[in-house]
Amino acid sequence: MADPLDQRTRFSRWLVRLAHPLVSPALALVTAFAVGAVTMLLSGDNPLTAYWGLLQGAFGGLDALSRTLRTATPYILTGLSVAFAFKAGLFNIGASGQFLMGTAASVAVGVLVKGVPAFIHLPLALLAGFAGGALWGAIPGVLKVWRGAHEVITTIMLNYIASLFTSWLVYAGGTQGQQPGPLSDPAAAAQGISQTGTILPTAKLPELLPDVLTRVHWGLVIALVAVPVIWWILKRSTFGFEVRTVGENMSAARYAGMRVNWTIVLSMAIAGGLAGLAGTVECLGLHGRFAPEFTGSAGFEGITVALLGRTEPVGVLLSAVFMGGLYGGAAKMQFESGVRSEIIQVVQALVLVMVAAPELVRVVYRMRARRSEEDTAESKLATGWGG
Amino acid sequence: MAPVETTARRASAGVLRRRWITAGLTLLLLAIVILVDRTSLGDGPLGILFGIGVLRFTLRAAVPLIFGALSGILCERSGIINIGIEGMMLAGAFGAFAVKSHTGQLPLPLSLALSTLSACAMGSAMGYLHALLSIRFRMNQIISGTAIIVLATGLSTYLFDPDWLSRGKFSDIAIPVLARIPVIGEVLFTNGLLTYLALAMAIALHFLLFRSRWGLRTRAIGEHPRAADTMGVNVNRWRYINTTIGGAVAALGGAFLVLEAVGQFKESMTAGRGFISLAAMIFGNWSPLGALGASTLFGYTQALQNQLLLSGITRVPRFFISMLPYVTTIVVLASVVGRTRAPAAEGEVYETE
Repeated sequence: MADPLDQRTRFSRWLVRLAHPLVSPALALVTAFAVGAVTMLLSGDNPLTAYWGLLQGAFGGLDALSRTLRTATPYILTGLSVAFAFKAGLFNIGASGQFLMGTAASVAVGVLVKGVPAFIHLPLALLAGFAGGALWGAIPGVLKVWRGAHEVITTIMLNYIASLFTSWLVYAGGTQGQQPGPLSDPAAAAQGISQTGTILPTAKLPELLPDVLTRVHWGLVIALVAVPVIWWILKRSTFGFEVRTVGENMSAARYAGMRVNWTIVLSMAIAGGLAGLAGTVECLGLHGRFAPEFTGSAGFEGITVALLGRTEPVGVLLSAVFMGGLYGGAAKMQFESGVRSEIIQVVQALVLVMVAAPELVRVVYRMRARRSEEDTAESKLATGWGG
Repeated sequence: MAPVETTARRASAGVLRRRWITAGLTLLLLAIVILVDRTSLGDGPLGILFGIGVLRFTLRAAVPLIFGALSGILCERSGIINIGIEGMMLAGAFGAFAVKSHTGQLPLPLSLALSTLSACAMGSAMGYLHALLSIRFRMNQIISGTAIIVLATGLSTYLFDPDWLSRGKFSDIAIPVLARIPVIGEVLFTNGLLTYLALAMAIALHFLLFRSRWGLRTRAIGEHPRAADTMGVNVNRWRYINTTIGGAVAALGGAFLVLEAVGQFKESMTAGRGFISLAAMIFGNWSPLGALGASTLFGYTQALQNQLLLSGITRVPRFFISMLPYVTTIVVLASVVGRTRAPAAEGEVYETE
């Protein structure tokens, strides 16, 4: 009794289900760009030439595509970092500090460890980067479970501390007899430049396809591998189950006999490690050294990436490429249209607002609320100061 | 009945004891400061720790934190978490600077007044947006606050024009008679207008919060909105009002930076002050006078950092000295566990049944 009508509804229902998770973020993006255009109009810029320049700069040709992928690489990892913490009900605004500490650790290994073959040196540097970020990320976790200090404030403070600490590491020294930092490169320091020496070739991440894509390095592959790994940990492993339970209902997790404190600390450590890895691949693959100008802003971008990707690993990947295009194309946009590239930050804030308030998008487009949409990732996030 | 009574009495005894300790410590500090200022004790490291210079700087550093913490209290006592203070402060700083640099031809007091108003307008817009997102659109308040920060950073960087110039600041006004009190007069009663405003606002808000009808309503909707609603208080309306005012108050902190302290606007010039004031709010147990004290403590760490760097007395690299305010914030936050209590209904959307 196969009713063709029934068949069709089933098919369209399937189509709707497949497309559904994309509808809300897509509408959010459209709205954000529209409001961004209004902002540009109000300050006397032409949004059309700006967005056209942005699109060209992001995806127009292999050069633009390389730039987008290059920019997206750390975003994937910091986005995963923020998303992972989210799953445990934690808000990690500290990814930029973890990014910096990871970078410093990996560059230290890359510069100071000498005379080892690449197949030891490179993994060692990557591991150091992950560990540096993980340790820095574990601190707010420990402070939260042990002293009840809210991670939002502690991670922000640790960002500033990490920034000062890494600046000291590479400090060139001062005229009034201030000592140079332990990682500062003597040759550069003599000219008053604060930076490390070059990372040894054995610790460098090679370029992926040097003939096709410019300066896109193996860090992209590492980030792409991290996506299914994090997905597996969250969805298939026992630990991931504990993470999600703690994030959704801490007292239930405690009642079920889960080690809640341990889960929180470990989640923050993994989040920190991912952010540290982001800085690591950035330095080992792209810059080849560390200087204080590498501010770890990808850490803050990770928040938008994670929310836009609905805190799901695959979503993070997609939104990281989108954000990579946004920031990668910004310079071209400024060059083509004369619109200051800072407008991108405004668009990003609007994206964040639209994405994190599904209710807002629903009101704008007069959509009816769905039962399943009530359960957005962010609703699981802590709503108080805890402790 | 009996246990309740004992608890209440014990609590009030605790409050009393705490007040005595605070008063005692203040007197002790005052004695040290006067000794340092008037005798040769002040020539050495004690001068750095307790000299007039460090105390004056403490107050200057504390003012934005006081405004920030008061903003936090206004919002959170009514049940709205405000992570976005940093953004509201930055918006205020930008608003103040934008108007200041375009009203240079006006008399200075008028230009300053307009700039302060503009800061408040920008801040209340941000506050209103935060309220709108968290109440009307039921966004998670922590994320909404973060969005406010990203938005304020982005907008102020995009709209900022490095060619804008601002001339003239709020100058110090010595309050007659009081300013002549040794030490205290110099530190407390020779300041700019916004500094006085911060101190007065902390005291006034404390009184209003715990003694007025508005204060009772605010505390009620932050603790038990359902009960307040039953008593006829319009929960969400007051949350809108408080958060919008809170935005304006945070913006005053930004206005202080531009109009009284620095005189110019710099991108991201708030440098984490919004978050430190959140810690001050928590440390001060969501009470305005407590926040005043906590802000002063955090201001002191910044002043000390500044003095240590200027005096060159220590060989410790300046990077580590600059960490002082941030490390103190973490240590303080980690040490108050269990001793403070946030408003009970914080962060929850309230819907009438």
